[in-house]
Amino acid sequence: MNPSEVSVIGANPGISPSLHIWGWEIAAYLFLGGLVAGLLVISGLAHRKSERPAESLAWRGPALVPVLLTVGMVSLFLDLEHKLHFYRFYLAFRITSPMSWGAWILLLVYPASILFALAAVGEFGPKLPGDWDLVTELAAAVRRPLAAVNVALGVALGIYTGILLSSLGARPFWNTPLLGPLFLLSGLSGGAALLILLEPSREAQLRLGMLDVKLIGAESATLALILIGLSSGGAAQRAAAQLVLGGSFTAVFWIAIVMMGLALPATIELFHRFKRAQASFYPAALVLLGGFALRMIILLAGQASRWGTLQ
Amino acid sequence: MARYAMTIDTRTCMGCTSCVVACKVENQVDTPFFRNCVVQQISGEFPDLRLVNIRENCNMCSEAACVANCPTGASHIEPKWGLVEIDESLCTGCKACIAACPYDARFINRKGYAEKCTFCLPRLKEGLDPACVATCPCQAITVGDLKDPSSKIASLLAMRKYWTLKPEAGTQPNVFYLE
Repeated sequence: MNPSEVSVIGANPGISPSLHIWGWEIAAYLFLGGLVAGLLVISGLAHRKSERPAESLAWRGPALVPVLLTVGMVSLFLDLEHKLHFYRFYLAFRITSPMSWGAWILLLVYPASILFALAAVGEFGPKLPGDWDLVTELAAAVRRPLAAVNVALGVALGIYTGILLSSLGARPFWNTPLLGPLFLLSGLSGGAALLILLEPSREAQLRLGMLDVKLIGAESATLALILIGLSSGGAAQRAAAQLVLGGSFTAVFWIAIVMMGLALPATIELFHRFKRAQASFYPAALVLLGGFALRMIILLAGQASRWGTLQ
Repeated sequence: MARYAMTIDTRTCMGCTSCVVACKVENQVDTPFFRNCVVQQISGEFPDLRLVNIRENCNMCSEAACVANCPTGASHIEPKWGLVEIDESLCTGCKACIAACPYDARFINRKGYAEKCTFCLPRLKEGLDPACVATCPCQAITVGDLKDPSSKIASLLAMRKYWTLKPEAGTQPNVFYLE
């Protein structure tokens, strides 16, 4: 049956709730969660590998994590339509719901990242005002095991958001198992970019820049695989891929994500590396903006994709 | 467990939307929302046109994506009737169920909870038909237990040709449209 004309009786925006499900609040959380994951993984690994990591990795990045995580969780809270019931997440564990996994992951990441921040600042950072000696000494004593725990939790936090969206079977644009790895790689790349902004040493900036280039490469490859996968799927998947290959999200996808968020910053970072030029603020800022655009556009494009031709 | 399902006879439905209004009144649904709607699908080229009225509501799927994706257990399969229901006291308004539903059957009401068609479970429990079934002037809607071979719905599905909405989404919907 191929409807050439469709009219609907008795409908209004309220009867098509899919017109709006998740907006900027969720995109901001997905972005900040990814950024936190990137900071935790990169700085945690640096703490494991090096006795004296670079300034940004040693304490500035870890110290920023609880702040970003708090803003992200507030953003998540703002999206809840019945906020008083947020505690219900913690009276249940639903194995089939990635959101339930995520709620519990957040409950673990939050204290673990605060402890890691205290340990990192206590060991490498400036003296905190007030008497924190006991806390920072205790945390510093377990700094390296804490770093390992935070790396594992960072990976979990970075990947679950993508798995969450990909588990929502009604939205073909999200139905790809690569969405989890894509969000993790984007988070790692954003984390590296933020560390560049926090890093005073030029050598370390360039090293982080090269790490960022590799991560951007992996992220671009994952994004390409997702588009190939959707384009070679069934009718609903192909229609979903068309959203960014000629459809209504094409311009923002290719300009904001691919050009401004991936290609341009990677090119500038490579240029810095090979010309030994002064590292600048722009590529890192572009990566961060591109990371937010990626979350926002994937979030909205997914909500615009559906099964079937009618409704 | 019973498995309550719905048939809608597209031959007798005239698209009057009485069911839409009856549902809204019975369930005191917030303005501007409705739990169901009638979609008119017109196909063909003038003058050879074909019109089908499709009354849409929650499909009470056997493999309900909303239930699988609910982080708190608010969306659940009611064990006695086999219906997908929402426990408002558990709902956080996270909207995962709305994103998971291929049928756009759900919305967030003014209290902040997910809401959808319940097959009028409170009425079923009293032995009454759902409001839409009781109101339909064409008697186009039937609700009953699929697992009871003597039910009217079982015999309708045995005798008539039927289709479901978006079977390709894989949630095994239990609203059947009789041809």
